[in-house]
Amino acid sequence: MSDRFGATGGLVLGLGLLVVGVSLAFSVGRFPVGLMDLASALWSRLSGEPSTLTPAAEAVIFNIRGPRVLAAILCGAALAVAGGAFQGLFRNPLVSPDILGASSGAALGAITGIYISAGIVVIQGLAFAGGLLAVALVYLIGTSIRSGDIALVLVLTGVVVGSLLGAGVGLLKYVADPYNQLPAMTFWLLGSLAGTDKNDLLPLFGPIALGTIILIALRWRINVLSLPEDEARALGLATGALRIAIVAAATLVTSASVAAAGIIGWVGLIVPHLARFIVGPEFGRLIPTAALFGASYLLLIDTLARSMAQVEVPLGILTAIIGTPVFIWLLTSARRSWS
Amino acid sequence: MTLAAVKLSYGYPGRTIGRNLSLAVEAGEAVALLGPNGGGKTTLLKTMLGLLPPHAGAVSIDGYSLLAMTVGERARRIAYVPQGHAPAFAFSVRDIVLMGRTAHNGLFASPTAVDRVVVEAKLAELGVRHLLDTPYTMISGGERQLVLIARALVQEPRYVVLDEPTASLDFGNQGKVMRQIRTLTAQGLGVLFTTHDPNQAMRYADRAALLGDGILKAEGAPGNVITRASLQALYGAPVTCVGNEADTAFLPA
Repeated sequence: MSDRFGATGGLVLGLGLLVVGVSLAFSVGRFPVGLMDLASALWSRLSGEPSTLTPAAEAVIFNIRGPRVLAAILCGAALAVAGGAFQGLFRNPLVSPDILGASSGAALGAITGIYISAGIVVIQGLAFAGGLLAVALVYLIGTSIRSGDIALVLVLTGVVVGSLLGAGVGLLKYVADPYNQLPAMTFWLLGSLAGTDKNDLLPLFGPIALGTIILIALRWRINVLSLPEDEARALGLATGALRIAIVAAATLVTSASVAAAGIIGWVGLIVPHLARFIVGPEFGRLIPTAALFGASYLLLIDTLARSMAQVEVPLGILTAIIGTPVFIWLLTSARRSWS
Repeated sequence: MTLAAVKLSYGYPGRTIGRNLSLAVEAGEAVALLGPNGGGKTTLLKTMLGLLPPHAGAVSIDGYSLLAMTVGERARRIAYVPQGHAPAFAFSVRDIVLMGRTAHNGLFASPTAVDRVVVEAKLAELGVRHLLDTPYTMISGGERQLVLIARALVQEPRYVVLDEPTASLDFGNQGKVMRQIRTLTAQGLGVLFTTHDPNQAMRYADRAALLGDGILKAEGAPGNVITRASLQALYGAPVTCVGNEADTAFLPA
């Protein structure tokens, strides 16, 4: 039962990484908070007993670093789970959550929001709507092309629509106010959790939880869907309806993350790979491990982003710098069959 | 108890490949489909599996139209053994065969303990139980074919359709797979398979159907249908015949 052991091993490893990530995230920064302090602060909130910590430490835990840590965990897990689902759906371990235009659509939505000088809630809403609309557009075009492999057609349509949306982003950046709007746009396009506060958590958690629950519920069918189209249908799968449900769920999860943190590439591509490396491709086993790995990974990246320099380093830059060599290593060293 | 195509025209959307074809597979018999590359064999199989809608005519299983069934109902009656292939992900043999149980479980369900027992028993029956935890991508072509047959059987179908089950298999594995087909018919399953080897049809099929240019050229007992003349006409190439009348084999000349 090697796969059982692998699944347990993956969960233990993932949980371990997450604990390390959380303790590092709290203990690194201008105002370090140790694990004991964190535990006693949480205990005092739960039990109602008076806290032994200073009000400043409480504020760091509950208003500043805590929400940011939770947001990193949620976004990392979301991107990894969505990436794993998209890879199964498109029968290709090299696709990522932005393959259907979810990220570029969300980017165009957010940039539009910044351009019309909207508030943060409107910007997030537009990012969200942009992601869903882009994927719906790709899906409509892709499925109306009635030749060739549907998965490949959708991927190619995603690339084409993504580049059109990219042109839209470029146009808005070109005409934007270079002093007020352009820095905000650039910052957002590179990804950051710097501005996260308590009120951002619920709009982030809701869609991610909903999408993830749908993906968990359909876990076995996602396995079958990763077989060639004819086989999946001969095994009794209504592939069309199922694909729509999975695309919608994975896009929901991706868009929520993009709306909150901007564009963070690579997590959705690399983390499912690493998880599959350890627990195998079966989606039911893959989801929890990928979610834990993704959460820990983005948490570590975000800790690095806010501590390595005097100014915040954009997340997208760090994930790319770390992601590229990891991906090349994965491609060259792993058995061809790991995927 | 019949898997039947009646006056069937079939093909891909916008391109009809075969016309006015009638073919029946009874429970407990094996029917071999012979014909040149590009002659429409695979397309016919896909239409009889319900994967492609008929352009005209109908396919029915035990009297019920294929079109009136849901995909799940179809999968519980007719199973497909595709040509061995490498999937995108390295699922274990156990998981690959468990996927055959999908149509027996609910939308949100994972395989049950019963499914696991069924899968292990079927793999044992086919002599490949030792491969349970091996990645499907790491096993040989012959083993893949047996695993795919196991997956089709755990669907608990009445008919099994195999697309060139012995393509790219070595000599020993070809025999293994073909004998397995006889085991299926002995269990009462109706089997339809395509092959490039007329001798397989002679030896293992109850009936043979010759398909060329989308038209059923001949159909009947293999000994009557498969002759030197009919093969030469079907493939447009010379054929020699060795052995005696009781035990004949055909070779490309």
